[in-house]
Formats: sequence, structure tokens, C-alpha cells
Amino acid sequence: MGKYAFEFERSLVDLEERLEFLRNEAADGTDETASQVDQLEKQIEKLREITYSNLTPWQIVQLSRHPNRPTTQHYIESIIDDFVELHGDRVFGDDSAIIAGLGRMDGRSVAVIGQQKGRTARERVQRNFGQPHPEGYRKVLRVAKLAEKCNLPLITLVDTQGAFPGTASEERGISQAIAVNLAAFSSLRTPIVTVTIGEGGSGGALGIGVADRVLMLQNSYYSVITPEGCASILFGDSSRAEEAASLLKLTAEDLTGLGVVDGVVSEPLGGANRDPHWTAWELKKTLVAEIDALVVSDSEELVEKRYQKIRSIGVFMTEQGETIGSPLQMPDLVFP
Amino acid sequence: MPLSSWFPSKKPQGAGEQKGAAKQVPDGIWSKCASCNKIIYQKELRADLMVCPQCGHHYQMTAAERIELVSDPGSFEEYGAGITSVDPLGFEGTKPYVNTLERAKGRTDLNEAVVYGTASIMDSPVVIGVMDFRFVGASMGSAVGEKITLAAEKAIERKCPLVLFCASGGARMQEGMLSLMQMAKTSAVMERLGRNGIPYISVLTDPTTGGVSASFATLADIVLAEPKALIGFAGPRVIEQTIGQKLPKGFQRSEFLLENGMLDQIVPRSEMRERLGTIIAHLAPPTPVEAPTSGEVS
Ligand SMILES: [Zn+2]
Repeated sequence: MGKYAFEFERSLVDLEERLEFLRNEAADGTDETASQVDQLEKQIEKLREITYSNLTPWQIVQLSRHPNRPTTQHYIESIIDDFVELHGDRVFGDDSAIIAGLGRMDGRSVAVIGQQKGRTARERVQRNFGQPHPEGYRKVLRVAKLAEKCNLPLITLVDTQGAFPGTASEERGISQAIAVNLAAFSSLRTPIVTVTIGEGGSGGALGIGVADRVLMLQNSYYSVITPEGCASILFGDSSRAEEAASLLKLTAEDLTGLGVVDGVVSEPLGGANRDPHWTAWELKKTLVAEIDALVVSDSEELVEKRYQKIRSIGVFMTEQGETIGSPLQMPDLVFP
Repeated sequence: MPLSSWFPSKKPQGAGEQKGAAKQVPDGIWSKCASCNKIIYQKELRADLMVCPQCGHHYQMTAAERIELVSDPGSFEEYGAGITSVDPLGFEGTKPYVNTLERAKGRTDLNEAVVYGTASIMDSPVVIGVMDFRFVGASMGSAVGEKITLAAEKAIERKCPLVLFCASGGARMQEGMLSLMQMAKTSAVMERLGRNGIPYISVLTDPTTGGVSASFATLADIVLAEPKALIGFAGPRVIEQTIGQKLPKGFQRSEFLLENGMLDQIVPRSEMRERLGTIIAHLAPPTPVEAPTSGEVS
């Protein structure tokens, strides 16, 4: 007992735990407990709907960080056959915050790359909580180039709070490592699909996230800065992250509106952690369809289309006073 | 008049998104150098290209000052001067983004944090872009990303080298993910530039951090820096919080980057024009050298 729960889902989880308890009792079989179970089930169903159907941006951020949220490793194990992990950047070392390798999905060979946060406390430490160093991004580049060479579609799974902000990162050129990936991915001659499965934290996320198709799981977020970081800059108080999360427009829905994200992958009500297998199945269906649609393109055409897509992201005003791109809301308040 | 008004304000101007302790130009007739604490005179400072005559500290320069410093007199022709930011998210933190933009415009006579155009440096034609830290900490939003992209496209069109003077506190937080995606956009165009065989030189000035350092700034063929400029991905304060200790002196400064193999050279401001001219002449000779007439050896 004592399942992990955020404050906003506390009362629901309490009821669920009570239900579990009653079910165990009901197994011994009085009619009274059976009808109690019935009632409670109905009550829970209602509450679940209320709790999760209109999540605030901050609640989504919380779900995206749920300790039981499925990780890159989970999705690889669930949807990739015969996975072969590839280690090392061939220059400095192997970064365990990033998993990279080859495998088959629905009969087609693919390359898969993703940040891995870790599932247990011990693994989280060993994986540096999914915060890569430069050698991680250089491993990514090496595997991406291999995918290009062998015409393998590339799938990247984003789940990081950001590149690791430490001294070793800076010494070994984290800026340059990320920049080189942004440039290389923009012209990689093989299809790329990226999915933010949990946290999409700034440049450290984008460093594996330039793609033909940019997708997000429903309860993931993608942001230029963590809500805590934003709150600390804006208000001098990182505990006001909830407000910052709303300001940043970091949800899948908002980012689809801004033209940054192309599609959203559904999660079960309450988040991927409530049914990792169902979520993996949804993800697989989407990935297979997206890749099927991309592999038919000639690689030259693919790269040109990807470039134009990236080239056109942004909202600004031209010298002629024309607004390019679509602002998210309140067009009447747009700067004159 | 209180004595303090003679001294530069310790508080850096610009929005909170700037990372690190960027040192602003002191105002007043004389003031204490923000680096060595010695008295310096405005006039003298200006005559020395905004470099402290006592300690060699390189103060930030405006875009116009830099263009004047490195380009041949009268050669600069600006493009895209009217391109400007809008407020795509309706961002209202402690103050609305539109107000931040208004204030920056009023204070700088700029419409955005980067200025670009065509020019010549020591008689070689170039496309030059210069970021100006006074404008919202030269953070990169959609308009900055667009202007950097246009500068690279202009260089491809003119078949001449691209020179970018970088400075930035990082991403323009008020534009959210649109700001982050400018990293992808500017990096993609630099990839095109390279595939078109156009040389690209970037000069990193104090400070070049965050999204700009992790995109076009570090993708140049030749990466130069001014002395002691703060250059890095994460801000020093963030790193200190993460590792729980003070950073060593000189960490993330130009000299540190040179030692770690991230820079080609550190070039003092007084030598910048000539160094750029020499490099450009090597990479993109202006006209084919005529073959020597037979028998003659020069
Ligand atoms: Zn000084």
C-alpha cells in the first residue's frame, strides 16, 4: 500500500486502495462486501473522470515525472524485437543516460535512441536521471549516421529534464555536441520520428529531437525551460512552478496549436503509469503508421521537406508589418 | 549628488533570462572598472574600443559599434531592420512580454537583438550579423532566429563568407517552445551554408550562453572569442546549484574553452578586424590570383 500519488490524485488513490482492500475481503465472500465493492467501483470511475479529464499544465508536468511512468527502456522492450544496444561515442566514453541501438518494429529494421531516466532509485543514479553529457549526444550522432548509411528509420524517445548542467559537461563541450546534432539531424537522409514520452527539457531534449514528425505522449511536456527554472527567473521563487507551467505553453495541446508538434499519442486516463502496456501498444501503432508514411519518400525530398518544416517555425513580424506564423491566442493582443 | 551615482550600477540590465554576470558599460564621466576596480575615464574607454586601459577587460559593445569596428568604412548595408518580435503566447509573467519588447526598443533604437547586412572586411565581401546584448539580453526568439537564418541565406545567395558576432543570455523564455525551436532552425541553415561551401566564422563575445551557444554559435568553421568572455551552455549559477560547490575562477571563460579545444583563437578587440580579414582572405580569396608570367619569380 501507500502507492505514489500527487496531491491532486490523492483522494482517488485512497479510494482505489480501499477498493483493493475490499476486494481481498470480498474474496472470502459476503454479499455485503460485494455490493460495497460495486458501489466503490462506480464512485471511483466517476472520480477518476473528474480528476484526470481537465488536467492543468502543472498536473501534466507532474504526471510526466511520475516515478512509475514508463521509460525508454520499457518502450524498447515492449515494441522493439531483437534489440541490440550500441554503446559509446568512440571518443570519450559511454553515457548511460542515453540508450541507443538497433531492432525491428513490426518487421522493419529501425534505429532507436532515447534518454533513460531509470526505473529504480539505483538505476536512476546510474543513469544520471536521464541527463546526458556530451558523449551521450555524440553516441546519438554516431548511431544516427549509421541509420542514414543503412537506410534505417530513426526513432527517438525524449525523456529528460535537460542536458546535465555540470562542470564535465561544459569542459567536454555540451553546447557544441548538441549543436552538431541539430545540424546533422536536419539533413539526415533517413526518416526521423521523435516522441516526447515524459519530460522534454530544453536543448537537452532537442539534441535528439529534430525530426520529420514530432509527436508527444498526451501527458508529456516540452519546454524551453523547466517550470521551476522559469519561476525562479520570473518570480525569484522556484516553488511558483505551477504558474510558470501555465505561462510556458508546454502541453501537447498548446504545442500542436503553435505548429511545433505534429501529433499526440493517447495515454490511459490517469497517465501512462496506470497502464504501461496499453500505452506502448498505442505508441507502436502510431510509430508504425508514421514510419510507413515516411519511408515512401525519396530521401532528397524528405530532407527538403524537413528543412522547410524547421525553417518555418516561429512567429514574428516582417518589415511589411505582416505576422508570420500563428500566435497561440489573443491575436488582438499581438504586438502592433 | 550621491557619490554612488558616479558608479556603474551593479545590477545588470535586461531581463532575468540572461545567465552569468555580464558586465555592462559603465556610465558617467569616470567610473570604477567592473573588473579591476580601478578608475577609468569614459573618453579613454571609448578610445580603447571599450576595453579597460588598466586591465584589458572587454566591455560589451552595441551592434553598431561592432560593425563600425570591423567593417570597411561605409561598406555596411543593413537588411531586415524592420523584422520584430510579437507575443505569440500572450506571455504575462511579472510584466507582459510586449512591455519588455517596448522598453528594449526604446532603450536601443533596435527592433531586435541582432543586426545583419552585407559589408566588406579588409576589402573582402561578407555577410555580417551582430547580436546586441542590450536588447532583452540578446535572447533568441523567433525574430532573432529568422534574422540569423536570413543572414545565412544571404551569404549563400551572395556566395560570400558569413561572420556572426554572438552574444546571448540564451533562449527568449517568453516565446516558449518557439524560442527553443530557433536552435533547430538556425542550426539547419548553417548545415545548408556548409553544404554550399560557404565559410562561416563566429566570434563569441561576453556572454554567449544557452540556446545560442548550443546552436549556430558553435557550428562555425572557425570559432573565435574575445578575451575572458563567458561562454557556456548552462549558467554558472545553475551549475553551482547542481554540483553544490563554487566553480573555479575562469570556468567557462574564453581561455578555459581554448584549453578544452572548443575555440580556434582568442582575439583581442584591437586585432579583430585584421584577424578576420586575414582569415577571410585565406578561406575565400576575393579574386583568382593571376598566374605569374613565364620566367618571372616573385
Ligand atoms: Zn579594468
